[in-house]
Amino acid sequence: MLREKRAQDIEKVLAKYPPERRRSAVMPLLYIAQEEYGYCTPEAIREVAEIIGCDPTEVKSIVGFYTMFYEQPVGKYVIDVCDDLPCALRGADRFVSHCEKKLGIRVGETTPDGKFTLNTVMCIAACDRAPVLQINKQYRYALDEQTFDRMIDELP
Amino acid sequence: MATFYGSRNKTMERHVLLRDIDVPNIREIDVYLANDGYAAWKKALTTMKPDDVISVVKDSGLRGRGGAGFPAGVKWSFIPKDVFPKYVVVNGDESEAGTFKDHQLIDCNPHQVIEGTLLACYAVQANTAYIYLRGEFYEPAQTLQKAIDEAYARGLIGKNVLGSGFDVDVYIHLGAGAYICGEETALLSSLEGQLGQPRLRPPFPAQQGLYAKPTVVNNVETLANVPPIVLHGAQWYRQFGTEKSPGTKIFCVSGCVNRPGNYELPLGQYTIRELIEMAGGALQGRAVKGVLPAGSSAPILPASALDTKLDYESLQAAGSILGSASFVILDESVDIVWAARKMVRFFKHESCGKCTPCREGTHWALQLYNKLLSGYGTLDDVNMIGEVAAQMSGKCFCLLGEFATSPMLSTLKHFRAEYEAFVRAHSGGLRNGYDDELIREHVIDPAGNLIAGAVGQKRH
Repeated sequence: MLREKRAQDIEKVLAKYPPERRRSAVMPLLYIAQEEYGYCTPEAIREVAEIIGCDPTEVKSIVGFYTMFYEQPVGKYVIDVCDDLPCALRGADRFVSHCEKKLGIRVGETTPDGKFTLNTVMCIAACDRAPVLQINKQYRYALDEQTFDRMIDELP
Repeated sequence: MATFYGSRNKTMERHVLLRDIDVPNIREIDVYLANDGYAAWKKALTTMKPDDVISVVKDSGLRGRGGAGFPAGVKWSFIPKDVFPKYVVVNGDESEAGTFKDHQLIDCNPHQVIEGTLLACYAVQANTAYIYLRGEFYEPAQTLQKAIDEAYARGLIGKNVLGSGFDVDVYIHLGAGAYICGEETALLSSLEGQLGQPRLRPPFPAQQGLYAKPTVVNNVETLANVPPIVLHGAQWYRQFGTEKSPGTKIFCVSGCVNRPGNYELPLGQYTIRELIEMAGGALQGRAVKGVLPAGSSAPILPASALDTKLDYESLQAAGSILGSASFVILDESVDIVWAARKMVRFFKHESCGKCTPCREGTHWALQLYNKLLSGYGTLDDVNMIGEVAAQMSGKCFCLLGEFATSPMLSTLKHFRAEYEAFVRAHSGGLRNGYDDELIREHVIDPAGNLIAGAVGQKRH
């Protein structure tokens, strides 16, 4: 249960918003739920809905709208590579092809051992250091095939 | 973290915004305090009335740096005095392709952003500020939160700040991946825990914004301008820039240049050509084919417009916009049809689905570009792209739909011959060099056949 396991974090989140505006906490709470469950499970959605006092369907619509909430299980490491125009002008498409080859999966897939999920994403505001990716929301800048391979090989 | 940022992008003797270039470690509160940090905040609280702060910002002529360019002081003066509570909401959604200025400000000079936020709060008498950052700014948000915590610890935020009787709290709210939340009413909806979809205006946020209360929404960069304005005065600020576009602006330069990065410049002093030169010139000495002055949202300008001055009026006169000043440079080796498709794909992905012209228009436009890029396009399809864009233009609920027509209409206007040549030169997938990305996006199958209705999907 989220409310027992992450009581402090949840209180901290709720304290940011007026008491009668708990619904504002839906996104931060979904992030907490996702950290606990790995993705937005039906159970997680029900719990978040209970905390903010709304219908689970409404929380589900939030999960569906925003790309950073996962509706299905993901790998231990979620790798989001930008292939938007500014990065693509610096070779991002070739770079993504390399990522696919290195991980042995296509974009949108998770490795069979559950370690890596590979996504492409729209611009992530680091075009000066392209190609760029985020791994579990941590930036990795100015990559090439060698640095990517090293990063993958070194991850526990 | 802040790898790559540094003095190589020094464009001014003393930067107004990118002060990290002049003052190492200004992100630390002690360094910031030792370099005029929070001096404007103290000055305002001890010697100025809230209206004085609004006046000096009005007189400075500071215009919104998020894209619209609306005068910040005028925006503040719209806030009614007799309705409480009021809110200041900082727009750090920074999602326009090619924009990464707020990212650097938050990473490297976070206290100036916070100080500007506090001054806005005092000016409109708001006791609460929310800084809305895009969800991908998970790391920058930690840097900013640390800075906020330091400011609380020094009594610069909180109850009865510096004995002034003014209470203020500053909170960070993280989005979760939606470009539309950069639109101010969509941002407010998102902050309220709703879908990030735009609202009808009026009522404007100044009357009914967050929780239907008077709300100022300002961009991160806009607010970073406020401390130096309050500290040094409007006349000092107006030494930079032009009469109608005063001050300095951060120009994000990306794409086909040797030194992509943020360059802070006085508005109206330099040309696009000079900006590209500052950024090390085009890659491999190639010629510049076109420039997007505000990422995917701005009409592309051809090389003939390179001598346009960098200010709001000049770019508008040249047929584009300054917007957030995110200059994406395309050199002569770039395929315009490919680049336009990337941008249309962006808008298809980011359309919030609220209004039909945008939702359907971006969908069908991407279908047409998919057909072209995979080699199945005809001249009729090229014409149809123009028609789809014309059908969308002026009919969408918010500016996203209007922006989505920019890459279509402007590339057709300046580079129609390239479209026609592309149609003539390519036929049938698996032959034109874009196979990998088209297969990846399920536009063509591995045998090169076009997959009907392929427009990608929400990621995992």
